[in-house]
Amino acid sequence: MTQIKMTVNGKSATADVPDNTLLSEFLRENMRLTGTHVGCDTSQCGACVVHVDGRAVKSCTVLAASLEGADVTTIEGIANGKDLHPMQAAFKANHGLQCGFCTPGMIMSGIDMVNRYQAEGQALTAEAIRHELEGNICRCTGYHNIVKSIEDAADEMSGMAQAAE
Amino acid sequence: MYQTKYHKPASIDDAVAALAVAEDGKVLGGGQTLLPTMKQHLASPTDLVDVGGISGMADISVSDGCLTIGAGARHADVAASSVVRDAIPALACLAGGIGDPAVRSMGTIGGSVANNDPAADYPAAVLGLGATVVTNTREIAADDFFEGMFTTALEEDEIITAIKFPIPSSAGYSKFPNPASRYAMVGVFVANGGSGARVAVTGAGQDGVFRADSMESALSSNFSAGSLDGTSLDADGMMADIHGTAEYRAHLVSVVAKRAVTSAV
Ligand SMILES: Cc1cc2nc3c(=O)[nH]c(=O)nc-3n(C[C@H](O)[C@H](O)[C@H](O)COP(=O)(O)OP(=O)(O)OC[C@H]3O[C@@H](n4cnc5c(N)ncnc54)[C@H](O)[C@@H]3O)c2cc1C
Ligand code: FES
Ligand code: FES
Repeated sequence: MTQIKMTVNGKSATADVPDNTLLSEFLRENMRLTGTHVGCDTSQCGACVVHVDGRAVKSCTVLAASLEGADVTTIEGIANGKDLHPMQAAFKANHGLQCGFCTPGMIMSGIDMVNRYQAEGQALTAEAIRHELEGNICRCTGYHNIVKSIEDAADEMSGMAQAAE
Repeated sequence: MYQTKYHKPASIDDAVAALAVAEDGKVLGGGQTLLPTMKQHLASPTDLVDVGGISGMADISVSDGCLTIGAGARHADVAASSVVRDAIPALACLAGGIGDPAVRSMGTIGGSVANNDPAADYPAAVLGLGATVVTNTREIAADDFFEGMFTTALEEDEIITAIKFPIPSSAGYSKFPNPASRYAMVGVFVANGGSGARVAVTGAGQDGVFRADSMESALSSNFSAGSLDGTSLDADGMMADIHGTAEYRAHLVSVVAKRAVTSAV
């Protein structure tokens, strides 16, 4: 067992976990944050993507024990109270989901790519979005509306970044 | 995943000590290969020794015509590093094309090179640039390091600490990714430097990454895609699987090698 202390969605979380606990298991079973989905056993589907210290990672492929002191954000931690995050709002407005299983991972990957491209001053084209979604699999939508959602959210998020400056 | 004991040593010495007393200990880099393997019960180390907490393990620097990348450097950091982009742009580009963004957030160069997957990208750069693999005990030339599929010159419990890449006058990497896994169906790294050209091929060979001698001689006399026109690789020794026959891969090597030369900067 390892005692870990990390920040999850802005709140401190402490637990004793078996050393083989994956971050996805810790979030879903210890924290009851079941918005992070587990869609595969092979680290390929991306339904489990969360942010660790500001980077998108597959929570099914990281040990909880390795995250002492880390800052973790899950799909439950991005809305501001009742106000959806612009990425969530854009998925809703663009019908960017059908069954919704891949959606938490899509949204967390979407936010990560927008942040990275904006930090580098690069344009996030539809083609770039498709390339960036390499590690997120959707069995329902055919991706078109997911790409549209992320494009829309990127505009909204850059507007927000400019307004904040 | 079976039970295991997790260690996060702060120094190489502590890591070596932890591995020495473990019954079946394994180094943990970014975990992007080892953890999926453990989840599928294909590996069950008693101890995992995470080298990600050792200071300096992820440093990237240039000195004396040599780019040194710490074994713990993540693929995303190598791809974004201005030092790497200036010194060997093809290497930054290669790192940016590994897997997907979340895999690149975690996966490390040391883990990729130690693993020596026959379809992995980094082995092509290490061999193509004639790099040196630095470990806790010695330095190993790339030509002596890769010994076959998933096999390297590393001893049990030997830890890679850094990779030293001589900076070439120009280099290029091109990969034809498997559309499902994004690993290389064929990937070719070409480099042109003081002692001539080097060409390393990943994804295609039955024994993992290899150098293409005939292409090296053609490119050493004239480093241009056209020089490769007459060269071809024998299908013997090429991998054959549901994704492509040996003949298909042999042909693809020539096509991808030309693209790599054309892209070289
Ligand atoms: C979905 C997916 C797609 C991928 N696509 C690609 C791709 O397109 N191209 C590609 O090249 N790779 C790909 N990979 C593999 C990825 O690059 C891994 O990050 C890499 O192979 C292993 O690096 P790691 O740091 O994660 O190592 P780990 O998984 O932690 O370790 C791998 C092996 O190396 C050993 N090891 C780790 N660090 C060291 C060290 N410093 N010294 C000695 N031994 C060490 C471990 O004991 C283990 O045996 C993919 C992986 C996934 C999950
Ligand atoms: S559950 Fe993590 S990638 Fe599929
Ligand atoms: S909406 Fe069903 S898997 Fe993507």
